Amino acid sequence: MKLPLHAIAHGRAGDKGDTSNVSVIAYRPEAWPHLLEQVTADAVQQAFAHLGVTTVRRYELPNLHALNFVIEGALQGGVNASLGLDRHGKTLSFLLLGEVEVDVPQECVPEGSPYLV
Amino acid sequence: MTPTVHIGCGAGFMGDRFDASLPILADMTRREGPNYLMFEVLAERTLAVAQNIRREDPAKGYSPYLDHYIRPALAKAKSQGVTIVSNMGAANPVGGAKRVLEIAAEEGIRGLRVAVLLGDDLTETIPTSEIAAMPTMEGIGLNGRPIVAANAYLGARSVAKAVAASADVVLVGRTTDSALALGPLIHEFGWDADAVDRLAQGTVAGHLLECGGQVTGCYFADPGFKDVAGLAQAGFPIAECHTDGSFTITKPEGTGGLVDRRTVTEQLLYEMHDPSAYLVPDVTLDCTQLTADETGPNRVHISGARGRAAPETLKATISVDGGWLGEGFLTYSGPNALARADLAGQIVRERLASLGTNEPVRIETLGTFATLDGGNPDKRANRTLPTDGEYTVRIATQSVDKGKAQQVCDELMMLYCSGPAGGGGYRGSVTSQIATASVLVPRERIEPNVRVEVFE
Repeated sequence: MKLPLHAIAHGRAGDKGDTSNVSVIAYRPEAWPHLLEQVTADAVQQAFAHLGVTTVRRYELPNLHALNFVIEGALQGGVNASLGLDRHGKTLSFLLLGEVEVDVPQECVPEGSPYLV
Repeated sequence: MTPTVHIGCGAGFMGDRFDASLPILADMTRREGPNYLMFEVLAERTLAVAQNIRREDPAKGYSPYLDHYIRPALAKAKSQGVTIVSNMGAANPVGGAKRVLEIAAEEGIRGLRVAVLLGDDLTETIPTSEIAAMPTMEGIGLNGRPIVAANAYLGARSVAKAVAASADVVLVGRTTDSALALGPLIHEFGWDADAVDRLAQGTVAGHLLECGGQVTGCYFADPGFKDVAGLAQAGFPIAECHTDGSFTITKPEGTGGLVDRRTVTEQLLYEMHDPSAYLVPDVTLDCTQLTADETGPNRVHISGARGRAAPETLKATISVDGGWLGEGFLTYSGPNALARADLAGQIVRERLASLGTNEPVRIETLGTFATLDGGNPDKRANRTLPTDGEYTVRIATQSVDKGKAQQVCDELMMLYCSGPAGGGGYRGSVTSQIATASVLVPRERIEPNVRVEVFE
């Protein structure tokens, strides 16, 4: 199934200066190998390109089935300089979960998810 | 047997729920202790704002919400023997201590001891000209703007010294947030500087606690996908900590919210960069082999954090005057609202061009994914959006001149009468800004000045 990442993972965004970090956490263990394979630093860089990001680094936490993306230049100057509404980039976790697509078996989607209806 | 140390967190930011500590204190009546209640209220800019308040009134400069957090909790904490540890000292921990003693007197609480930790303020010992010349981690210059505040992040070993003063309340200024938990753990368990894995675990405990409800189901709900019951009465976290460093995150009985692997993992990675090298003054933390096990309802046991030697420098935040931010909002609703909102934005752009405005200006239509698109017109062009609906035009500008920021916002307000049909609900504000940069300072420039004072 081709789905937005939001169907199989959740996450939270944090900020330091002009750098955003967004976690991506698999709901189900079955999704973890697919996250590793498909949710690459390049895929995230593409989803954030319009914000003028410079680099994206990916870190892995295998026991937690979690990835952590450190996205530099994502905050349009950060709290010091941004003219955006969300100067901390708190909403950006949903940019990542919404813009990155994955192709995964149905078992990766949690039971009862609206994506299965 | 070594006791279990319980640490609750009653606030995760400046304006958090003022009553969140009460269920924690009620829950702690059944916990033998030692018991601690932390309040973390100091964001990067908050301290600079407090420093400005102190310049106006030397008795102030502690957290403006100190009364709101302390008054409801103080009598219960004192009678139960729960030690309060907080960075509500902000720019004036001594002033904060005096205020806590006044509250105690007003509430009829006798024999209260307040310890304060001092020494984070770089301007006490380093000339501001030298601070201004320090290379910043962001690579930006401070532009010769006057320094509002310059504070180092003290570590947990400093906080532990203040905890050792056997006070009922420990007030600090700038420390790493997690040190508000790791400090009490170092004091209770006697962890040495070379107990790096335990210090790493204690840092994780502090990191999970420091944002309050963000680990107990707050800032987590995504209805239909991630549901959390009882958010209006969400319990704030309690960590049950053991001498081997392992701990369990839970929340008070009878409260709403949720503690599970998902809530803990989201908070673990919040504001973390490289999870194998998270630097705090006391240890270099590696979370990559961390495990989080659900051991019962609303109980997650954490182990597996690893530590390496602490960094040789301490981070400090330098705050300078950041000029003025102007913002205005005007809303269009109903049939063809998107076209009317976009036209409003276009009119203001033309007006500002004809007025020759030089300030940076952003005009966008909220409701069109403007926040995620970052004002990028190509992204907007690729979206299919309903024409009917409710859309808000937003204008934002920055200037060193308050009047110019006001003038830019006013151009949107003027569309009340001279814009497209049906614009309403204008809101606008011009607020002073603090800009910050980070520097690294050798420990020997800071740590000899760290000291504890006690007030009774």
